[in-house]
Order: sequence, then C-alpha cells, then structure tokens
Amino acid sequence: MVKLNVNGRAEEVDADPRTPLLYVLRGDLKLNAAKFGCGLGQCGACTVLVNGEPVFSCVTPVALLEGKQITTLEGLGTVDKPAPIQRAFIAEQAAQCGYCIPGMMMRAQALLQKNPRASDADIRAWLEPNLCRCGTHMRILRAVRRAAEMMQTAQAGDAR
Amino acid sequence: MRAVRSILVLCLLLALAAGIYVFVAWRPAIAPIAPPSAGGFDAALVQRGATLAAIGDCAVCHTAPGGRVLAGGLALPTPFGTVFSTNITPDAETGIGGWSEAAFQRAMRQGIRRDGAYLYPAFPYDHFTLVTDDDDRALYAYLMTRQPVHATAPANTLPFPLNVRLVMFGWDLLFLHQGPYRADAAQNETWNRGAYLAEGLGHCGACHTPRNVLGAEKTGRKFAGGEAEGWTAYALNSSSPAPVRWNAPALDHYLGQGWDELHGVARGPMAPVTEDLHAAPPDDVRAIAVYVATQIGEPAAPPQPLERHAQKQAGRGKAAAAASADSQAVTIGAGATTGGGDGALIYAAACAGCHEGPRALPYGGIDLALSSGISGPSAKNLANVVLYGLPAAAGARSPIMPGFAAAMDDAQLAALAAYLRGHFSDKGPWRDVDESVREARSAQTAPVVNHAPAAPSDPTQRTTHGETQR
Repeated sequence: MVKLNVNGRAEEVDADPRTPLLYVLRGDLKLNAAKFGCGLGQCGACTVLVNGEPVFSCVTPVALLEGKQITTLEGLGTVDKPAPIQRAFIAEQAAQCGYCIPGMMMRAQALLQKNPRASDADIRAWLEPNLCRCGTHMRILRAVRRAAEMMQTAQAGDAR
Repeated sequence: MRAVRSILVLCLLLALAAGIYVFVAWRPAIAPIAPPSAGGFDAALVQRGATLAAIGDCAVCHTAPGGRVLAGGLALPTPFGTVFSTNITPDAETGIGGWSEAAFQRAMRQGIRRDGAYLYPAFPYDHFTLVTDDDDRALYAYLMTRQPVHATAPANTLPFPLNVRLVMFGWDLLFLHQGPYRADAAQNETWNRGAYLAEGLGHCGACHTPRNVLGAEKTGRKFAGGEAEGWTAYALNSSSPAPVRWNAPALDHYLGQGWDELHGVARGPMAPVTEDLHAAPPDDVRAIAVYVATQIGEPAAPPQPLERHAQKQAGRGKAAAAASADSQAVTIGAGATTGGGDGALIYAAACAGCHEGPRALPYGGIDLALSSGISGPSAKNLANVVLYGLPAAAGARSPIMPGFAAAMDDAQLAALAAYLRGHFSDKGPWRDVDESVREARSAQTAPVVNHAPAAPSDPTQRTTHGETQR
C-alpha cells in the first residue's frame, strides 16, 4: 500500500511503489486531468504540483511522494466552480485540442501562487518545459496573464 | 624612549616597503581612444577573431543569463568572493570602446586594465598571455566590431585586502609566466596547435587544474581535476575517472558535438564550452582533442565498451526502429527490486526508463556505468544533474533530462546517489554525498549554467535584454 496526499485528501493505493504517479492518479484515483504525453518527462502534459512545485508525474514514482502534498487540476476547481486559472483559460479560449492544457495550467499555477506579479518574460521562461503541438502559445500566454491579474485583484483569496 | 624610536623606525620601514611596492607595482593608464569605426577592420580578420573568440569562450563568461552578449555581469563565485565579468563590447563609457589595441594586448598578456588597474585572474590572463600578436589582433578586431552595449557590471564582493587591485602585482609575480607558446619540436603540428589553443586561449586548465590556497593553478598538477561553479571539472590526465578511457576521436566528437557515445553529454559549465566549439574550425577542435588525449595518456588496451554496455547497445539497435514510433511505453526498470534499498527503487522507477531505454545517445540516457558523473571524485555533478536535469537549449535540438528537484528530497537523492555509486562504479563510496546534495540544492547554479543558448557567440541565438532565463 502506498499512502498519498492528493488534493488535500489522504489516499491509500494498492500499487507498486515504483509506479509513476500519473498511473496512480489516472488509473487508481480516476483523476484524469493530467495527461500521458511522452512518458519521458519532456512534454509537460502530465504536470501536477508536489508541495507547490511542478513535477512531471509520468517520471515520478509514488515511492518519492509519501508525506508530500500532491495537487492536480481537479484540486484547483470544478466545472461548477472553476479556479481563476481555469476561468482565464476558458475566457481566452486557450485550448485547441486541449491535450497540453491541464499541464500548462498546473505549471502556470505554480508560478502564480508564488508570484502573481510575474512578468511576461517570467511566464514565458517558466512555461518553457511544456509543449503545445497545436500552436496556441499566444492564447496560453494571454490566459496566464489574465489569471495573474485575477489573482492580484478581486479573486486574490480564491487563488486555489 | 628607545621603544618609541623602534616603533618609529618600524613604521618608517613599513612605509618605505609599501612605497617601493606601489612604485614597482604601479602601471600607467593607456590613453583612451575614440572607439574605432567597425568598417575600419578587415572582414577576414574579424571573421578569424570570431572563431578565436569561440575557442576562448569569451561570451560564456562575459554574458549574464538573459543579458546581452559580451556585455558582462555574470557572477563568478570564487573562494575569495564573487567577481563579476565585465562589459567587453566596444561601448566607450562602460565597455572597451576606448581601448587601443595596445591596451587590449596588455590586458591579455599582463592582466592590466586600460586605466592601469590590475585585473583578477578570474579573467584567465595567465593562459591568454600565450596568445600570439596575430590572434590578439584578430580578437581585438572581432570585439571592436560588436554592437556596443551600455552596461556596467555589479561591483565585486571581495574582502580587504583583495579588493585593493594593486595586491595582484604580488600574485602576478608568483604565478604569471609571460611569454609566447613554445612549440614542442618532438610533437607534430596538430599537437602543437592543440597545445597552443588548449593552454592559451582555450584555458582548459582554468577549471580542470586544481588551484592552490591563493587561487593559482598548481602547475605541478596540470589537468588533475578542479572545480567550476559548483561542478567538478574532471581530471584530464592519467587520473581521468572516465570508465572508458578517452581518446582523440572521442574527445573530438565530444568537444565539437557536445556528446560522445561512450562518455555522455556535456553539461554544467562544459555545455556552453562545447556549444562554442561547435562553431570553431573543426581542425582546431581536433587539434585540442589530440593534445588533451596525450595528457590523459594511452590506455593499456584499445578502448573497449564495458561488456554490459555492449550488450545493451546491441539491444538498442534492434529496438531503435520500433521505439521511435512508440513513445507510449514507460518502461519501469526491471533491475533491482530487492536489495539496494530506496536508492535502487528510485533508480528503477525514475531513471532506468531512459537510462536503460531503447534510445541511443544523445537523446537517450547514457548507461550510467559509462558516466564520469558516477565514477568521478565527488557527488556534486550527479546531484546537480538529478536536481535540475538537462534543460532544453534555446533554438537548437538538444538532449533533455527532466530535473527532480521538486519530487525528490535530500534524503531520497542521497540514497539514490549512494546506490548509483555502488552499483555502477567500482570506486568506493563518496564521502561528500550529503554535503553535495545540500550545496546543489541551495546553490541552484545548474539551471543558469545549463541554460546557455545554442551558440553563445552568435548574437541572434541569445535572448534579448530583459528576458529572464531561469
């Protein structure tokens, strides 16, 4: 049994400790936001947060994660009550095929949690590890900028 | 009365000694010139200067992360304090626009600034002193035809008395050996070309030779291995830790392409060096490889890949075609499920997928039995690579390794390092694992260093001012 803390809930999963976190999230916990892209930690579609920092869940075995706080996109908001980062991506229509978007949102979330005043250059540099094959980069950047503004102003208390 | 007189005499003597020191050490300023017009330099000379600047890695140190090329401002941590590289663009006020060729050559030969102040040997004039007049002229032509950038480097943080530049006169007296490169008649032209470049402009020893307490290279232990910005610079003599002995063709490939099949991918401060050498004349790179190979020495037997590695390469060959279309299979390492503890488990789960996967170098991970990072004298490089990975190079195809800083805590990394050392090398355990892990975690040198763009000597490859590089 592996003990994990996912989105604030204590979970016990019957998995080999070598199993990638992504498989446990999708297969065992039915949290399907994080996507399988390359399986090599090179595309970012599987990005989730561990203690607030982005990690590639496809190359992170669950054995490393006991006692650490795991956050997936489901932990930020729901369809009924989307988080600022989700509202911003919807408002900017930043998704085309959408496959990379959960990873983009999670990596952006990690930056904005630490620094909602991140500059455009900071955002670009920060998102560099995540790939989008459709080419919606400009919309993604606009969405992150919009989310940053939302987090700085009225919804400041609602960042998560 | 007598005591007072003795003190007085002592003070006088000290003042006299100080006076003589200053008198002897004093270097005059060389009058500033109006910045020469770029059009006044011969294009072929400028071009030759560009390739020499690539071999000398000028842009690697003289460019801050995210800053303009050659505009300085990179922090160079030394045991004595931080020295910041300076602006060597031809800006009259903040760069070297006012430097005559004589002033430039004096800096290269003697480590003296145009205004007569002593430079610190973070600028490796103890190597550059070997550079010929012709090559200095070409370098000058290249630098003076760059775009001037108005930029002042931050002040150095050296304590007294090191912040008094005149003390470097004493250092130079002890450690600076001026004079041109003297060819070794027993060696061929290629070897001598390589020695001239490696010992002079290329300043390999600046990182790969250990330094004494005064920060000077121990000339008796040339290429015995040193340090650079939180990384181990491996020995390039007979004590090279590489599991498969380097030879000239392997070094040539590594220096020119940034990787070698039996030695892996250049990373840390070596990555931008190989990126620069990629732009250097292939004959010069080969000459450096030939020279360095003779410093490492001939292996007892022709280099043989380790048996295990040979088997794996054969397997990779068969699997390669299928693998390129099949990125969907995450391989969990079959190795070591029992024994070896947490480190073995982490290796099997997080590392083996790439390091024992079907892809060949440089895009696949190296067989760790071939890695100097595992067989080297310290856990530093391994800690840097595991925490920060190999970030993608800007604007170029490059190998990528994800970093594990957020996923792995210090104890997990230490367990992994101990396992890898025991399993993939025949050397004894590292004694500095915990310390290396802690330093790598706090220094965060790796992302900056690894983020060197594809071709630092090519301004179009650099990010523009104001963009931040992590």
